[in-house]
Amino acid sequence: MKYIIAIIQPDRLNDVLEKLTGKDILLVTVTPVMGRGRQHGIAEVYRSHREAGTLLKKTKLEIAVNEAFVKPAIDAIMEGAHTDEVGAGKIFVLDLHECVRIRTGETGSVAIG
Amino acid sequence: MYARKSIAGRSVVYGSALGCLIAGGASGQSAPAAGSVIDSGDTAWVMISTALVMLMSVPGLAFFYSGLVRRKNVLSVLMQCLAIVCLVSIQWVLVGYSLSFGPDKAGLIGDLSWTGLNGVGLSPAPEYASTIPHQLFMAFQMMFAVITPALIIGAFAERMRFLPFCVFTLLWATLVYDPVAHWMWGVGGFLRAGGALDFAGGTVVHIVAGAAALAATLVLGKRQGYPERIGPPHNLPFAVLGAGLLWFGWFGFNAGSALAANGLAVSALVTTHISAAAAGLTWATMDMIFSRRPTILGIISGAVAGLVSITPGAGYVSVLAAMAIGGGAGIFCYLSVVWLKVKLGYDDALDAFGIHGIGGIWGALATGLWASKASNPAGADGLFYGNPGQCIIQMKAALVTLVFAFAASYILLKLVDFLLGLRVDEHAERIGLDLAEHREAGYTMLE
Repeated sequence: MKYIIAIIQPDRLNDVLEKLTGKDILLVTVTPVMGRGRQHGIAEVYRSHREAGTLLKKTKLEIAVNEAFVKPAIDAIMEGAHTDEVGAGKIFVLDLHECVRIRTGETGSVAIG
Repeated sequence: MYARKSIAGRSVVYGSALGCLIAGGASGQSAPAAGSVIDSGDTAWVMISTALVMLMSVPGLAFFYSGLVRRKNVLSVLMQCLAIVCLVSIQWVLVGYSLSFGPDKAGLIGDLSWTGLNGVGLSPAPEYASTIPHQLFMAFQMMFAVITPALIIGAFAERMRFLPFCVFTLLWATLVYDPVAHWMWGVGGFLRAGGALDFAGGTVVHIVAGAAALAATLVLGKRQGYPERIGPPHNLPFAVLGAGLLWFGWFGFNAGSALAANGLAVSALVTTHISAAAAGLTWATMDMIFSRRPTILGIISGAVAGLVSITPGAGYVSVLAAMAIGGGAGIFCYLSVVWLKVKLGYDDALDAFGIHGIGGIWGALATGLWASKASNPAGADGLFYGNPGQCIIQMKAALVTLVFAFAASYILLKLVDFLLGLRVDEHAERIGLDLAEHREAGYTMLE
């Protein structure tokens, strides 16, 4: 079992979700986040107050998958979120130790999908 | 603020001595003078204006200011505004009105014969407004007395303890606002007697609040992490809502100060609006020149600055003059907020001095430039109409008010600080005043 964390541009979310659905990956958690990579921020100005603008809005997706779905998930995210500009995002793949379905108490691979 | 109507005995003559003014209705009692009859149009309009000016405090200023602070302090600003409305209203009917508008003592203060609104009845007080009930005049004035201390909140936002703030507010209303209101608007007040023009409160409200704001920034000191580590406004849409309500309410503030539903009120309404529009555009233009983008915070700050600046002259200047006054407000207030404040390094959190102080001073001087008897025969001519003397009078009035308000506020702040302590401790400032002072959170994060 693996846990995939992907940070993508906010405007790419719908594309990525569509691609994931196309590969039968339906369960996902989405969070709005602020982040900093190598992309330069946008300096904000409020009267005499100038924000350095180092953090940018991003969207985080978290997906738990069985081994067979790791590559399809990564492919889907890449297709949906890819751009040629710096700032498209990153995908992290973590080992998932356990997964439990709260309603039934099932564990392991069965509980993931 | 008060009716510059040319009714016998009440028109202010430029440079007239004290005695001429008193002749019009010395006792201040509410028995109607001959020919003094309630006019329902005037009364209706001033009643609405009373509500409009109240709207400027809450929710106008309350949301304008609270949108500009960080999330963790949003409620503290709202609370300070609400508390002022309640506290100063009570203070006003108990002693404030009498001190401000009551029978004069030495040109400096009213006496206490109208304490608890004793003698302030429903028939007119002709020395102030001959066609509306005396209590209505009192109520209208009350809203000015309320909003003035609320303006100071902008200077000490995000770091002042609530109870000492309440104590300071009551003392300040009584010892700073009431005297200045008397000098400029009370029968017998020495600034009024000297011919100073202040239609709706450029000096009484804005210069006084602005000066107090400056004093507060010095006594309370900078916020932790100022300027680099202070977050941006947490809710600009609130600030815009608040600014819109301020603009709307200002029609009552300025046009209502004609104290009648007449041509003068209309003239003040028009100049008020145009000044705001010109100032909003000017500030947005300054934004574009210096920061390359026009901003919403800029345009609303400009509009408010324009409204502040036209306040002393609304009923004395022409529409084109109002445009120029608004333009000047946009320029001077922009520079004092973006350049002067940064240069001098004081933490006027929400630019109370930069907008109300500087705007009020500019407005007072601008009135000395552009006042014209063609706009209001009961007023005076300014420099551009062949009378440079009015400028001197305006400058003196502005200076006297500025110096007194600054000094008195500074002393009061130091006193309350010594007795009670003004500033929250470091931990409270970090977690935010909403939690620290009120045990409340403005927004739930979880359901």
